[in-house]
Amino acid sequence: MSEKYLQFKIVVVGGGPAGLAAACAAAESGARVALVDNTPWLGGQIWRGQQAKPSLPQAQQWLQRVRQTGNITILDNTSIVAALKPGVLLAEQADGACEIHAQKLIIATGARELLLPFPGWTLPGVMGAGGLQVLAKHGWPVAGQRVVVAGSGPLLLAVADGLKTAGAKVIAIYEQASLGPVIKFSASLLSHPSKVLQGLQIKTRLFGVPHRHGVWPVKAQGDEALSSVTFTNGQQTWSHECDFLACGFGLVPNTELPLALGCALSGDFVDVNASQMTSIENVYCAGEPTGIGGVDSALVEGQIAGYAATGEMTKARQLFRQRSSWHKFRAALANTYRLRPELKSMATDDSVVCRCEDVTFGRIKKISNWREAKLQTRCGMGACQGRTCGAATNFLLGWGMQSVRPPTLPAKVEDFLLTGEGPSSPH
Amino acid sequence: MTDPVQLRINGREVSVPAGTVVAAAIALAGQMKFRESVTKQPRGPLCGMGICMECRVTINGQPQCRSCQTLCEPGMEVVTA
Repeated sequence: MSEKYLQFKIVVVGGGPAGLAAACAAAESGARVALVDNTPWLGGQIWRGQQAKPSLPQAQQWLQRVRQTGNITILDNTSIVAALKPGVLLAEQADGACEIHAQKLIIATGARELLLPFPGWTLPGVMGAGGLQVLAKHGWPVAGQRVVVAGSGPLLLAVADGLKTAGAKVIAIYEQASLGPVIKFSASLLSHPSKVLQGLQIKTRLFGVPHRHGVWPVKAQGDEALSSVTFTNGQQTWSHECDFLACGFGLVPNTELPLALGCALSGDFVDVNASQMTSIENVYCAGEPTGIGGVDSALVEGQIAGYAATGEMTKARQLFRQRSSWHKFRAALANTYRLRPELKSMATDDSVVCRCEDVTFGRIKKISNWREAKLQTRCGMGACQGRTCGAATNFLLGWGMQSVRPPTLPAKVEDFLLTGEGPSSPH
Repeated sequence: MTDPVQLRINGREVSVPAGTVVAAAIALAGQMKFRESVTKQPRGPLCGMGICMECRVTINGQPQCRSCQTLCEPGMEVVTA
């Protein structure tokens, strides 16, 4: 059995770019830092597979920095299931639960894909765009498979590129946003040359793959698994036979932990000040939970949070200008890939919205908020704790992300024998 | 390159490259249905990131394990619905 009570000056939750940067910056002060991640890997979703198969220099640089820094303890395979009290997290590891005590907490929990319901989206073979990509990086067989990539955002191109490189037959890429705003966005990238180069390289590798804008899925068909998908551009519909549909409508922040800690949100995102500190003292937040800005924004915010949390404000301030620049990119991203209202009518009355409890759109569409839906239909009360349908209903019905109740993930009852009191607990 | 990993999926011996997650091993074994929903619909992995819980299977007797977040280990016993 591993240690039941762990204590650190700084605890960073999330091992993606923001978390890696935060841990490195905080560790420079000599503080004892823990870097917690719920997977066996570091690098988050964006840098998945970079430990096993290095290909991105930027990822290698940060992963190496974390490994070489003596005062960073890596707690992988560790899921935070509850905030027991200020500065104390309850975590689940393979061999049991533990309390993690932190003087300061940096939340870098990243984002997940927005997965929207439409008829047939529950068929095996319909996956998130990033979802199929990360699985492919860990051995999911895509070589020779017919894949359509759809949804929204720059991730779609990266996914199509990754899948094609892995040997998949990418039939088409369908972006819901119109071409006009995407062209304008691409032009605005001239102030970020690294992004332009990246984009051009991807487009070159995807030469010959149809890439259309203003297109979205209508329905997926198949018996036990996916066999075809029908698309529309609002005027015509057409179908493709395929083995996989990789479909994600952009990213939504993972705000369960900040909400559980009582951090204030601004819209869908965690509200932070110039030091990346949330509304709760000693709790910082960096990366996607503060706004979907991508890896570069996350790295800068992570460093600022790490420096600020260890009192190194001079170092933090030196990065403010860089952060503003990436925040402009972030705003342009949100504007360009705004979801069109037609996507709200993808879900029919028979479409399952809550996949854990099989609650259909017809059963919830007249309900005014998530709490009522939970009480009346069990929507959002299954194993994923509303992580999938919460974001979907936020888009479809505007219910908003509300309070979070512990545990934030399915946890073992015995975990809660730990009360947050430390080793002096009476049990 | 490290040696392949041998595990059993629904009683069948499967050999996968090291670093393969259980979800991928199930797909390599030719299976797309991982579990049945509460209304008996077939389901398979969706998010790939440990969020949606659609890829839950039983691993070494422990039910409700997220197969997309679990690396294959030698001798593992995986059971799908």
